Amino acid sequence: MAAGRRPRLGVWKFASCDGCQLTLLDCEDELLAVAEALDIAYFPEATRAAVKGRYDLSLVEGSITTAHDAERIRDIRRRSRALITIGACATSGGVQALRNFADVREYAAIVYARPDYISTLATSTPIAAHVPVDFELRGCPIDKRQLVEVITAFLVGRRPVTPAHSVCVECKLKGNVCVTVAHGAPCLGPVTHAGCGALCPSYARGCYGCFGPMESPNAPALSAKLAELGMDERALTRVYRTFNAAAPAFREESERHGA
Amino acid sequence: MARRTIKVDYLARVEGESAFKVVVRDGVIERAELSIFEPPRFFEALLRGRDFSEAPDITARICGICPVAYQMSSIHAIEAALGVSVSGPIRDLRRLLYCGEWIESHALHVYMLHAPDFLGYAGAIEMARDHGDAVRRGLRLKKAGNEILTLLGGREIHPINVRVGGFYRVPTRRELQPLAETLKWARDAALETVRWVAGFKFPDAEPDHELVALRHPDEYPLNEGRIVSSRGLDIAVDAYDQHFEETHLERSTALHSRLRGGGAYLVGPLARYSLNFPRLSPVAQDAAREAGLGPTCANPYRSIIVRAVEVLYACDEALRIIGAYEAPDRPAVVVEPRAGVGYAATEAPRGLLYHRYRLEADGTIADARIVPPTSQNQASIEADLAACVAGWLDVPDAVLRHRCEQTVRNYDPCISCSTHFLRLELDRG
Repeated sequence: MAAGRRPRLGVWKFASCDGCQLTLLDCEDELLAVAEALDIAYFPEATRAAVKGRYDLSLVEGSITTAHDAERIRDIRRRSRALITIGACATSGGVQALRNFADVREYAAIVYARPDYISTLATSTPIAAHVPVDFELRGCPIDKRQLVEVITAFLVGRRPVTPAHSVCVECKLKGNVCVTVAHGAPCLGPVTHAGCGALCPSYARGCYGCFGPMESPNAPALSAKLAELGMDERALTRVYRTFNAAAPAFREESERHGA
Repeated sequence: MARRTIKVDYLARVEGESAFKVVVRDGVIERAELSIFEPPRFFEALLRGRDFSEAPDITARICGICPVAYQMSSIHAIEAALGVSVSGPIRDLRRLLYCGEWIESHALHVYMLHAPDFLGYAGAIEMARDHGDAVRRGLRLKKAGNEILTLLGGREIHPINVRVGGFYRVPTRRELQPLAETLKWARDAALETVRWVAGFKFPDAEPDHELVALRHPDEYPLNEGRIVSSRGLDIAVDAYDQHFEETHLERSTALHSRLRGGGAYLVGPLARYSLNFPRLSPVAQDAAREAGLGPTCANPYRSIIVRAVEVLYACDEALRIIGAYEAPDRPAVVVEPRAGVGYAATEAPRGLLYHRYRLEADGTIADARIVPPTSQNQASIEADLAACVAGWLDVPDAVLRHRCEQTVRNYDPCISCSTHFLRLELDRG
């Protein structure tokens, strides 16, 4: 990066709902400051202006589901000094990775009268399955404070601080009563990556795992507890197969309980 | 090239990559086609076999910009299938949540996506250099909507507190009070917004689209009502499939919706406003009149004023709900699974959003159908684009491309396709 030049930011979209890049626009208090610190060179959700060339920081949303997108992410990687994925689609394949457990041709036939018009890959895969990724930010959607932390860390040249412990730790820090212990509510908190601030338990609801697996989760132990609470094999398969279904720890545990 | 038209019973997402192709021969438009290349995510397929209770969280992921709309349409359709009706404070809280989404979504579109077109900027960030106060007001207004979503839903995007039957946790009356203070400011800011956008220059345009929206006997429509149109359609929501059909065109991963025996139609703020003006609150009606709007509005460029009026209404309505709120005894009504079919339509910020679910006896989703607003508007947008090109054939491609983009942004089809939308292919022969 040349001295005095603001780092150039690109925000890229693949198969996704747009929610993670919207999180940047939802930083209402920080957005204009971010725009001063970074040269927003490509962010079609916010501006028509587009600059070709190289990017100091690329934020990538969405998963790879088409051959064209598999090519496009390689091009973006070549043009990017740092590439950070934002959200469950980009880091684990997203809800659209449920196709990985089914026959995508059947999926297409259910949705479209002419599935032969549809060109798509059999799987939805994370960005890291295609190119090297410098950092992965979790969440469906990502957390606003964590996004600001990631951008700040990039600007000063350090690693972002995003703890890899479980949602349980966040509940303890927040002083929440455990929804499983107190109310018998099934909760994925013990195996789910922190970052949301223990949102669901704070609303008297069990965590549904939208930040994906934590580092080294003990999912079989949790499944045994969930079975005690009344979940059958089918329910256990489903509970791990939502927005991070293709994340290895969740995929393996779901496969222990169903096809 | 012959256009192939195939009837389809299911939808695909509309968002993201799209292109518009025009073929001109001897100064006459031979073909004008909008194509959408958004990679399909097959929501209707992946919903099969899931439990009914999972539908609100799964369908929210169709759109990060209007997840509440998907949550609301899914819970109302499933409650209809289960024979459950929710009233009182829970019903009011759902309306309040939806007001939050309207405020944040419309404020985003008005200030960050649409206004730059009128004032000649590439985007809001560029616009902020000269119109800093306006952009800051827009961001704060958007934040006010997001504060409703955060308090009531847990977070702005993909709220976690919505369930079939009600909520997981409902706020106390006292917890809602800080929101009231924010919303009083927001209501004033929304009025300023109406006045600000009313001063923009608007091209003349009166496309003759059939307008379609919900209509409720005494409310501006959000979650409930009959489906009515400007040409006399008036049906219950469960008759939707008999009156509307979707077709699948080769050039698009999105489906085109049409009225059976009719044709292209339009949903969204213009339709809602024109079919429901008398149901707006007095403050919103007065602001609309002051801004030069009549009781109906067909000019898509002026939709920016209508959105601002709807933001004002949503702030006013949210304040009314908070003022009258008494917390319910329980956060949700009890729901038991049973076999059945349920239909619902609600008013997403971009227009009518239709869901239908068929449930098995144990509550498993047997099939689902979802028709989002943009797929319904696609044919009308295409017609407007053709008219736009026909009127501006003599200008350079770059100017024409911008005009076409603006035409698309008038309909706020959703952020990503409305902004990085246009790869204009103009074949002048």
